[in-house]
Amino acid sequence: MSASVSAKRGAISLTGITRIFAGTIPAVDHIDLEIQAGEFFTLLGPSGCGKTTLLRMIAGFEAPDEGRIVISGREMQGVPAHKRAVNTVFQSYALFPHLNVEQNIGFGLKMQGVKAAERKKRVDAIMDMMQIGQFATRSAAQLSGGQRQRVALARALVNEPEVVLLDEPLSALDAKLRAELQIELLRMQKRLGMTFVFVTHDQHEALVMSDRIAVMSKGRIQQVGPVLDVYEKPKNVFVAEFLGLSNIWAFEPVSAHEARTAIGVLNIGENLTGPGMAMIRPEKIWLYSDNAFEAGRPNMFLGKICEAIYMGASTQYRIELQCGQFLTAYDTNNQAAERSWRPGEAVAVELKPENIMLVEA
Amino acid sequence: MSTMVQSEARSRAWRLWLTSGPGLFWIILFLLLPSGIMLGIAFFTNSDFGSPVLPLSLSSFSQVAGFGILGWTSANFTVLIRSLLQAGIATTMTILLAYPLVFFIVSRPANLRPVLLLFAIVPSWTNQVVRTYAWMQLLNPFAPVSHLAQSLGLIPPHLGLMPGNFAVFIGLTYNYLPYMVVPLYAAVEKLDWTLVEAGRDLYASGPKLFFNAVFPQTVPGLLSGIILVGIPAFGDYVVPQLLGGDKAMMLGSLIASQFTFSPDWPYGAALTIIMLVFTCIGLVVFRRLTQRLGGGEGAML
Repeated sequence: MSASVSAKRGAISLTGITRIFAGTIPAVDHIDLEIQAGEFFTLLGPSGCGKTTLLRMIAGFEAPDEGRIVISGREMQGVPAHKRAVNTVFQSYALFPHLNVEQNIGFGLKMQGVKAAERKKRVDAIMDMMQIGQFATRSAAQLSGGQRQRVALARALVNEPEVVLLDEPLSALDAKLRAELQIELLRMQKRLGMTFVFVTHDQHEALVMSDRIAVMSKGRIQQVGPVLDVYEKPKNVFVAEFLGLSNIWAFEPVSAHEARTAIGVLNIGENLTGPGMAMIRPEKIWLYSDNAFEAGRPNMFLGKICEAIYMGASTQYRIELQCGQFLTAYDTNNQAAERSWRPGEAVAVELKPENIMLVEA
Repeated sequence: MSTMVQSEARSRAWRLWLTSGPGLFWIILFLLLPSGIMLGIAFFTNSDFGSPVLPLSLSSFSQVAGFGILGWTSANFTVLIRSLLQAGIATTMTILLAYPLVFFIVSRPANLRPVLLLFAIVPSWTNQVVRTYAWMQLLNPFAPVSHLAQSLGLIPPHLGLMPGNFAVFIGLTYNYLPYMVVPLYAAVEKLDWTLVEAGRDLYASGPKLFFNAVFPQTVPGLLSGIILVGIPAFGDYVVPQLLGGDKAMMLGSLIASQFTFSPDWPYGAALTIIMLVFTCIGLVVFRRLTQRLGGGEGAML
C-alpha cells in the first residue's frame, strides 16, 4: 500500500497495534491493517476476539500499547477522541436522554462551534435523508429501536466525519428490521462515500454489507480480503468455520492433484505440496439419486441421508457416506432442483475438484 | 361472577390499606395534625404569659410581617432572608464539596467505594448537637484557626470565628454534607459512561464534556440532595443557636424562642406556618424541575 493511498481522506492505516489489558494476554496482538478510503470494512469475529478494542483505539477511547494508527495520513498518537474526525455509532446507541432527537443529532456540531442557523440546516438535511424528521422533538426514550438506530447514525453522519465506526449497531434489533437497516446503512455509505468500519460477530451480516472483511480471533487477524475471497477461499480452518458451515478433512498427498482423506482419495484442483486440510462448502456439493452413481468416477461417493433440515430456500442435509464419515450439503429448493431427499434415502454426492479449497489448520 | 369481582375488589382495597395505612397514619398523626393545630393557634391572641387566648385575630401574622407596638421593623425579614441565604449558601457549598468527593469515591476500586462512602456518612451518625459543640471548640477565639484568622487580619483580635454567620455557614455545610453526598453518589455510581464516550466522540472535552454529558445524568441526584440539604438547613435550630449568636439568628431559633424564653405561642405558630409555606413552595418548584429535567429518564421507566 503506497503512502499516497493511505493519506487519502478516510483511509486508515494500522501498524503493529497491540493492546494488553490488566492480564498478560493481549486483547489486540500486533495488528497490521490498511482500510481504504470510502470502503465498507468489517471486523468480524467471535466475542472477545479484540474487534471492539481495535475499534475503540481507532475512535481514540483507548490508546494502543504499541503500534501506530494513521487516519487520513495523520498520525493519531496523542490525539484525543474529541479531536479525531471520526464518529462512532455505539451498540447501545448512547443517545443523550436529556436531549431530544434534533439536539442529539446537532450535539457534535454544537460542540464544534457551528452556528445555530447552519446547525439547523445540516440537522434538518440529515433528518430528511434518514426519514426521522417527524421525531425531531421527541426524546430518545420515546423512540423504537430502529428509530434510535437511525438517530445514532444521523448523529454521526451529520458531522461529515472522515471515518464512521459502527460497533454492532444492529445487534439489538429483530431480524426483519435488521435486514432492512442493513440495506439502508449500505446505501447510505455508498451514497456518502465515507469510510465505514463495522464491527460484528454475525457472519451473515458481514457478508451482506462489506466490501472487505477482516476475520479476527484471539486478538489477531486471521484473514483480510474481499467478501467473496474470505468466504470462498478461507485461509484457515477458523475462517472457514466462522463464515459458515464447511466440510473439512485432513489429507496426505498421493500425487500433485490427488489427496488421501478420511472419505477416500479426492482429486483437488490446486497443487499439493504436502499434507494439509481440504475444505468444501455444503452448497458446493452436488447431490444425485443413487442410480446416477458411476463407480470409478473421481470425487463421487455413495451415501445415505441421515437428516434433512428444511430452511425455506434450501434444505440442509447430513449425509453418511459408505465409509462411515459424515458430510453436510445444501440443496436449493428452486424449480431447477432435481428433487428433495428424505432421511434414509440413498444418494450419490460429487465434490468437484475446483470447489475443494486448501486451508491451513 | 359478580361476587368474585366484589371479593377481588375487597381484597384489593384491603391490600391498599395494608400498604399505605401505616404511612398515612404516621403522616396524619405527626405532620398534618400538628400543622393543623399550629395553624389554629396562629389565629388566637397572645395572653400576657404567652399562651393562646380568645379572641381570634390576625395579629400574630401582622407580627410576622414586622408590625409591632413600636411600628414596623425589618428584623423578621432580615431573619427570613438570612435563613434563605444561609440555607442557599450551605447547599451550594455542599454541592461544590460533594461533586469532587463523589467522583473521587466512584473512581476508586469497587471494593473500596463503600468504605469511603461510609467515611463521608459516619459523622452524621453522631448527634448533631455533639458535632456542633465540636465546631464551637474548633472555632472559638482561642482555637488555632481563630488565631490564624486574627493574624491574617480577617477578624478583629481576641474574637473567634464563632459566634457569627461564618460559623453557622460552616456548621450547616458540615452537618448536611452527607445528605448531598449520598443521593449524588447514587446518581454518579450508575452513570452511563458510554454517554461520556459519546460526548468525547462528538467533540466535547473538559468542562463542555462535564456539563453536556456528565452533569445532566447527575441532576436527579443533585435535586434530591438539594431538597435533603436545603429544606432542613433553612429551618435548622441547633447550628444557629450554638454557633450563631444574636446577629446570626435564623428562623428556627426565632420560632423556638417564641415557645421558650419569650413565650408568644400564636406568633411562634404563625412563624411556623410561614416557614411551612416556604418549604412547600420550594418542594413544588423542585418537583417541577425534577419532572422537566428528569423527563427522559422518567419516560424510560
